[in-house]
Amino acid sequence: MPLYNEGQVVREVILQARAVFPNIVCVDDGSSDNSADEAAAAGAVVVKHPINLGQGAALQTGLDYAMSDPSAEFFVTFDSDGQHGLDDALAMVTRLSEEPVDVIIGSRFLDGRTKPGRIKKVVLKLAVIFENVSTGVRLTDAHNGLRALNRRAVSVIRIEQNRMAHASEIVAKIGQNKLRYAEHPVHIIYTDYSRAKGQSVWNLVNILNDLIFK
Amino acid sequence: MDNQIIIKIVLIAALAVFAVFLMLPGSGARHLALRRLSMIGLFAIAVVAVVFPQLINDVANAVGVGRGTDLLLYGLIVVFIGNSLAASRRYRHTEREVTNLARALALAEAPKPGSHQD
Repeated sequence: MPLYNEGQVVREVILQARAVFPNIVCVDDGSSDNSADEAAAAGAVVVKHPINLGQGAALQTGLDYAMSDPSAEFFVTFDSDGQHGLDDALAMVTRLSEEPVDVIIGSRFLDGRTKPGRIKKVVLKLAVIFENVSTGVRLTDAHNGLRALNRRAVSVIRIEQNRMAHASEIVAKIGQNKLRYAEHPVHIIYTDYSRAKGQSVWNLVNILNDLIFK
Repeated sequence: MDNQIIIKIVLIAALAVFAVFLMLPGSGARHLALRRLSMIGLFAIAVVAVVFPQLINDVANAVGVGRGTDLLLYGLIVVFIGNSLAASRRYRHTEREVTNLARALALAEAPKPGSHQD
């Protein structure tokens, strides 16, 4: 779980998540607020980046840490602002253990539960088209932070995009490594909090830049 | 204008070289060497230009640019773009190294998996 300045909500998010997933690694990406303390108080292992590197870097650090536990079989990436549903995450891990797939990506567009704004929808759809064309992996959602992976997937997907372009990078690496993938419908809970903090549409420009000038 | 074709080719070729440079996965030694060679080249050109000012005008005329100052401006732009590309490339390289360093530090300071107390 990448964590950056979510001190207001992260304790509650982790407390709820721990009821379902006992082992939670929170990577504090150089937060300037009390995020790390809140996460530790809620019972997560907190790995602290000494400086802010970006969400992609935090994800990779968290996966590195989790992989160092040889008993860990399945890995879930989960946003720390509470916009993901635990029931979705649990269902994805269950599918991962039962179906012959290496990675399951959440998609908010597979059912009608998620209500993104109009602009956001258009931008995400454009991103999906871009990803499908550039990676050959067919997905319906481009930037969904809820993913479930097995050891094989984590070991071949090495996130080198420190910032937001990591989502596209993961999809590209799924394609390059011929991982077996599936999508799972997830509900993104847009609260006033997540909307106020959420990604600016301008990030599209930054993501494209990061992808082109590697 | 036909007499400007030479300078157009020269400028586009220079930019194309930069584009290729940007795509190539470069080895450290070669990049450093190329950068130093181009620095020496620039230095030599600058000295020659100072010693023989008329030469720049002659070269400018030869490649189809009216005045020596215009040629200098073009050259400056090309060098500036090349320098910007090299700098951003170096920056990305440094960023990767910093990331690896920060990650190693973060993982070294984290508790061992399994030792965590509930």
